[in-house]
Amino acid sequence: MRKYKDVTMAFLRAGVLGFGGGAVCLPLIQREAVNTYGWITDDEFGELVAISNTLPGPINTKLAGYIGYRVAGVVGATIAVCATIVPSVVMLVFLLEVLANVREHPIVAGMTGAIVPVVGMMMALMTWQILTSAAKEIKGVLVGVNVAVVAFLIAMFDLHPAIIVASTIVFALLKPEPKQKTLKEGVD
Amino acid sequence: MATLIEYLELFWAFFTTNILGYGGGPATIPLVQHEVVEVYGWMTEYQFIEMLAAGNALPGPIATKMAGSVGFIVGNWLGVAVALVAAVVPSLILKILLMNFLLKHKDSPRVKRLSTYVKPTIAVLLGMIMIQNVTISFSNLGLIHTVILLAGSFYFLEKRKTHPSLVIGMALVYGGIVGAVSLF
Repeated sequence: MRKYKDVTMAFLRAGVLGFGGGAVCLPLIQREAVNTYGWITDDEFGELVAISNTLPGPINTKLAGYIGYRVAGVVGATIAVCATIVPSVVMLVFLLEVLANVREHPIVAGMTGAIVPVVGMMMALMTWQILTSAAKEIKGVLVGVNVAVVAFLIAMFDLHPAIIVASTIVFALLKPEPKQKTLKEGVD
Repeated sequence: MATLIEYLELFWAFFTTNILGYGGGPATIPLVQHEVVEVYGWMTEYQFIEMLAAGNALPGPIATKMAGSVGFIVGNWLGVAVALVAAVVPSLILKILLMNFLLKHKDSPRVKRLSTYVKPTIAVLLGMIMIQNVTISFSNLGLIHTVILLAGSFYFLEKRKTHPSLVIGMALVYGGIVGAVSLF
């Protein structure tokens, strides 16, 4: 019983305090799982995050579910995921319902209107960050070409984004791995 | 009340967007928008942007907040449950099943480049939403307020590294004042 309560509290706290998306939540989850409850070590946590990034889907729920599973099996995973997502989802549903009733009021309309460009700026910064991190991992020119091709495909053919993403994933998996040529030639 | 078909569509929409969403929650935003606004028409473009804005003002993962609030519109609380399960469970099961396998292969270039290769596409898609966002705000608030809010949020988010929720709080106050002034 005790471990269920611990899992609930840990992920409730990490979820409710995690303003600002995944990156903010990671240190909160780490603090709970490593420091407060000692379920896993710091190194394991780093490994978990790295591996979560190689899988699709939201990172917080993958972490919560996996840690919950390690601590208390399937029930633990379920509890951890629910504690992570339910409070914020319920809050948002209520907020949107309230908004729907008062959105005509000029003050409310002003407030919701004003967040739109702020979210736009957050996305601009996120886009920039994704592009720069991609340019660090593959050649910058390739990133540029890739961006141009994707933009062209979507603008000209209205191609479904999921198709582009899925074919990119297939390409990444099928493309032959670079042989250890560089290693053999001693180029580090 | 939603029909069975609508629940299935809801499940499918959030299943595909999250199973393709490499790079965490924010990477799924453009994919979800495409399904919700263009494919199924559950929300208008403006509703979606408003939902994102409200969602960003609250704590918790964005992917599940999107799933929950779209699920509620389509099929009330049952819709919330369906969308959340579709968004969370498949990738979690993959993770639990593949953890040991991935631990062994975590340094394989194939596995590593998966998320890298998807990045340019996600950047284009996010960039497109950003442009819609600014266009909507432009026709909504006018040039001056849009520019002030864009410049202000850039300054605080990027230069001062102010916490995003705080920046949204400031925008709320700004918008509230602008709205109140328009009353007189």
